[in-house]
Amino acid sequence: MQTAAEPDSTIAHLAPDEIESPPLTLGQMAWRRFRRHKMAIFGLVTLFLLITYSFGGGFIVSEAYANFTDTSLRLTPPSGSHPFGTDTVGRDILARTIYGGQISLLIGLTAVLLETIMGIIIGSLAGFYGGTIDSLLMRFTEAMLNIPQIFLLIVMSKFFGTDIPNIQLFGRTYSGSVVVIVLIIGLTSWPYLARIVRAEFLSIKEREFILAARATGTPIFQIIFGHILPNSIAPIVVAATLGVANAITLEAYISFLGLGVRPPTATWGNMLEGAYTYIETAYWMWLFPGLLIVLIVLSINFLGDGLRDALDPRSRTV
Amino acid sequence: MGTLLELKDLRTHFHTPEGTVYAVNGVSFDVAEGETLAVVGESGCGKSVCMMSFLRLIPIPPGEIVSGAARFNGADLLKIPDPDLERIRGKEIAMIFQDPMTSLNPVLTVRRQITESLHTHLGMSQAQASERALSLLEAVGIPDPTRRLDDYPHQFSGGMRQRVMIAMALSCNPRLLIADEPTTALDVTIQAQIIELVIQLREQMHMAMIWITHDLGVVAGLAERVIVMYAGLIVEEASVYDLYEDPRHPYTLALLAALPRADRRRDRRLKSIPGAPPNLLSEPRGCPFAPRCEYACDRCWVENPALVSVAPNHKVACWVDIHTGAAR
Repeated sequence: MQTAAEPDSTIAHLAPDEIESPPLTLGQMAWRRFRRHKMAIFGLVTLFLLITYSFGGGFIVSEAYANFTDTSLRLTPPSGSHPFGTDTVGRDILARTIYGGQISLLIGLTAVLLETIMGIIIGSLAGFYGGTIDSLLMRFTEAMLNIPQIFLLIVMSKFFGTDIPNIQLFGRTYSGSVVVIVLIIGLTSWPYLARIVRAEFLSIKEREFILAARATGTPIFQIIFGHILPNSIAPIVVAATLGVANAITLEAYISFLGLGVRPPTATWGNMLEGAYTYIETAYWMWLFPGLLIVLIVLSINFLGDGLRDALDPRSRTV
Repeated sequence: MGTLLELKDLRTHFHTPEGTVYAVNGVSFDVAEGETLAVVGESGCGKSVCMMSFLRLIPIPPGEIVSGAARFNGADLLKIPDPDLERIRGKEIAMIFQDPMTSLNPVLTVRRQITESLHTHLGMSQAQASERALSLLEAVGIPDPTRRLDDYPHQFSGGMRQRVMIAMALSCNPRLLIADEPTTALDVTIQAQIIELVIQLREQMHMAMIWITHDLGVVAGLAERVIVMYAGLIVEEASVYDLYEDPRHPYTLALLAALPRADRRRDRRLKSIPGAPPNLLSEPRGCPFAPRCEYACDRCWVENPALVSVAPNHKVACWVDIHTGAAR
């Protein structure tokens, strides 16, 4: 008798609120899907560690130390005092990867911010208004897409990259070329995003709730940015995330060619510049910055893939 | 009671790759303050396009409002500049749509969606608007509104979403509410509840209403006057009582015959109207109903009858007097 009554009592003790479990918000559902994506979790953790390494490391070693040259110590292999070794002018590679990481990450993020803003503005105007505005903006976008980005980058950085004064920001001195690189990457990367935003706008503006919003007298500006944009945020987030990896790679690429960020400001890319002549003799010069670039690009791409799966409104599985 | 809305000779065409669609072909009617007007007709007869035209909600292009005037509050809605119209939409004239599942923005909370027009039209602060949203949700019968205010549309059922839509539409105390088949997507019991709710709110707020439907059964308990539309034209306009008791247009007659009735034998099949609604791709010539009409005479094929009074408050557009079968 006792055993039979027990399950009954547990059911009876559930409060109404517990039976009716609160519905999951869109964010919670996305997080559940994201969590099951192992590579995405790996990406998130690695990215977190790399950010900690770059920005946390900045509290341990000073920038002056990272830029300190001592030619008597040039090309020393990894050791206790220089765990990652030193470069051709005797700068500590560990300290330089820390400060280089900050710049690389900041370049990636700000370039994507610029790219996203431009992509959203151009894509949303084209998608929302359609017609002539759409044709003009999209032909322009296609023209931009048709120019190979790498060549555009090289030409622009060659053209704009000479004689730029250093800039002061947050009490630190940066090579002005950082800003130039951010602008160049941002201004050449937006077409891809603009097309995504346009496609989203084209389909969402036809949805009935947009008609309903217009019927309540919502101003056009509010419809574009308050109603349609929040609905298209998922693909934008995914594209922007992948864009960060792309921007970091691009920066590394042109810095490697010596056209990017000018020393002494370190980036992971310009640390590789010149390292290729020592591929066999001083492996530490390219191994550490190269490894960090690979890690960050991989982790961001995994994160982007995970976000794509998690934010896809069509996947309803929890 | 004064006239609230006066629509005159509205013509709306859509220029599509297949040709011009003659969606609305000269519709005139008016709505008095506090009056409920029902607009009935089958799918594609221009009911919704007509309403959306005078609120300029149809996409232009491909749509084009070829002619017409819509006087509301002394202004012609078809002529005033966009910002002025935006101030009327949602504030003076509100609209409820057919499918509550798709008419709410899925990524915004109900609070955001209800308070939006309160911010835009009445300039309310966040706190004022939230308070009003709360009382609106209460008024439309959403249980536990405080908790539901920050829910997303997918957390509501269909009937509840339509209630939210009604709350949104009524937020600024509109003088005219256009309900575009608001109960079609709901099941019958919920349908009855929503109609009940709208009737009750209409009394409280003294607003006029245009109720678009293809369900004549709904109309009977709700409206004072009925307009029957066919192929973008008004074919009959009468008070509810007259329309049901004494339909004068063959189309109305056929529609009423197609209604299921509780007082008829159940084993009899419902009467259907033979043929299909006309293709609106060609300019209407003659009476559009003629091909399906059992009263059609020679004149019907060449000349479109005008809407004429046949009795006080009863207008019909037909060449034949269906009482006698004789031509007018």
